[in-house]
Amino acid sequence: MTKTHFEPSIKSRPVYGVLEARTGSEHVFVANAEGAEAILDVAKVADKDFWSAAHIIYVPGRSGETFQAALKALGAPKFYVASHISSALNRLVRSLEDCRMGTQFYLTGTEGLMGQAMRDIMAAGISHMSIQTEHRGSLARRVQCVHCKGIAEDVTTDPYQCPHCDLHLFVRDHYSRRLAAFQAVRIDAEDHGNVPPAEEVFP
Amino acid sequence: MSNEKLKLDVVVSDIVEVTDEIKRFEFQRADGHAFPPFSGGAHVVVEMDDDGTRRLNPYSLMSDPSDTATYAISVRRDDGGRGGSLYLHTKLKQGDRVRLSMPNNLFSLDRTASKHLMIAGGIGITPFLSQIKQLKAQKGRLGTAGKADFELHYFTREPAKTAYLADLSDDAAVSLTTYFDNEDPDRDLTGVMARQPLGTHLYVCGPKPMIDIVINQARSVGWPIENIHHEEFVAPQPGQPFTVELAKSGLTVDVGERQSLLEAIEAAGVDAPYMCRGGACGQCETKIIACDGTIEHNDHWLTDEQRASKQAIMPCMSRFSGSKLVLER
Repeated sequence: MTKTHFEPSIKSRPVYGVLEARTGSEHVFVANAEGAEAILDVAKVADKDFWSAAHIIYVPGRSGETFQAALKALGAPKFYVASHISSALNRLVRSLEDCRMGTQFYLTGTEGLMGQAMRDIMAAGISHMSIQTEHRGSLARRVQCVHCKGIAEDVTTDPYQCPHCDLHLFVRDHYSRRLAAFQAVRIDAEDHGNVPPAEEVFP
Repeated sequence: MSNEKLKLDVVVSDIVEVTDEIKRFEFQRADGHAFPPFSGGAHVVVEMDDDGTRRLNPYSLMSDPSDTATYAISVRRDDGGRGGSLYLHTKLKQGDRVRLSMPNNLFSLDRTASKHLMIAGGIGITPFLSQIKQLKAQKGRLGTAGKADFELHYFTREPAKTAYLADLSDDAAVSLTTYFDNEDPDRDLTGVMARQPLGTHLYVCGPKPMIDIVINQARSVGWPIENIHHEEFVAPQPGQPFTVELAKSGLTVDVGERQSLLEAIEAAGVDAPYMCRGGACGQCETKIIACDGTIEHNDHWLTDEQRASKQAIMPCMSRFSGSKLVLER
């Protein structure tokens, strides 16, 4: 089990739930790495028929082969393994064009994956409130530097150095749903050079 | 607030018979100024002085939102109602002066929608008439916001009682499907709902049972609640008379059988907040200080938990039975 407990924070910080099989005409899953386990948990309670209307887009990442056979065995007519989040998102965006109302969305895995998939589904006219999410796996964050606006993927430390402008940044819980990124601000803005050592707080 | 400064003094410029039960009332401003533009789906509260009884009823504006010369409402005569529609139908004359609230919208189009699916029951067509005019106007403009497609499904009893049927069916921009009760009593729209593109928003306006059926059907085919909007125009239900104490005003007020709690508070000279007068907007929510009895909640604002805790009441719609009710008003 890799269900994640997040400490309560500011309102902007996204919160995640536990995926449940809902009534719908189609079930679109977007998952990465250990997110596979959340899908397999849904399979423990969902009817067999449920998977006949499922579309699973999976980015194995650090989980490699671990869950792929089990996911495939669910029998979803559309099962796609993507080598990278960006190719998974491309497939998602293309498939949204054919989706009808009644389609259910299930996102699970890291915050970066869920946030970007949610952003794309929202752009198709579905409220974030009706998209299910469940966090699994790494706590790594997708972060935007508020100074140069550069985005860094898979940030695991705080502070971190912006790969675009080299500033040392404090990672806030302040989240942008539009950008699908946490916001980071210069940590030594008032006392240049006074940068605390980076700690791996988002393992 | 009731906000007297934000009232519109108007003259009835025309009264048009639409069907044998429905009349359209057109208004122009008494001071000759332009009306504020409104958004499709907005309503106004019409103030009437019906032989000493002050009535304030909300009606959807069904005129063109960009027409600042005329506001229009269409009203169905309800012979069994409390009298607001009867007053408008039988007593109001061309040239009479009336007072309107500023327009308020609790049923606006979602501008993020990829498409609008409109479902009207009877006189519930009215908000859609202004929305359709708004959407048609937006189609001609640059930019993509508000350019979404729409289709209208219209349920009535029979063609002769169907307001604006000819206008709607003659309008090439309107994709209209009609359902006359005798022909299609099942009202199964799940097929229509299931074929809508992702990002469609559904709007339903009509009698409560119809709204419930439509929402349940949409939910049964997987529509998320966030994409479903409804508006129900209900008058406050008559009921047993009761007495209420207003703690701040230091008044004890009797609420008559055919009077709402809000109307009784107003008749006692207390300026209470309100907006929709239909239990939907939340503006009139009032704290309960003491309650020995049962609140008859007729609004759709308070949650079940709020109702159970007996801490608030919506005076525009809800009533009371019991020995003592004290409100913070």
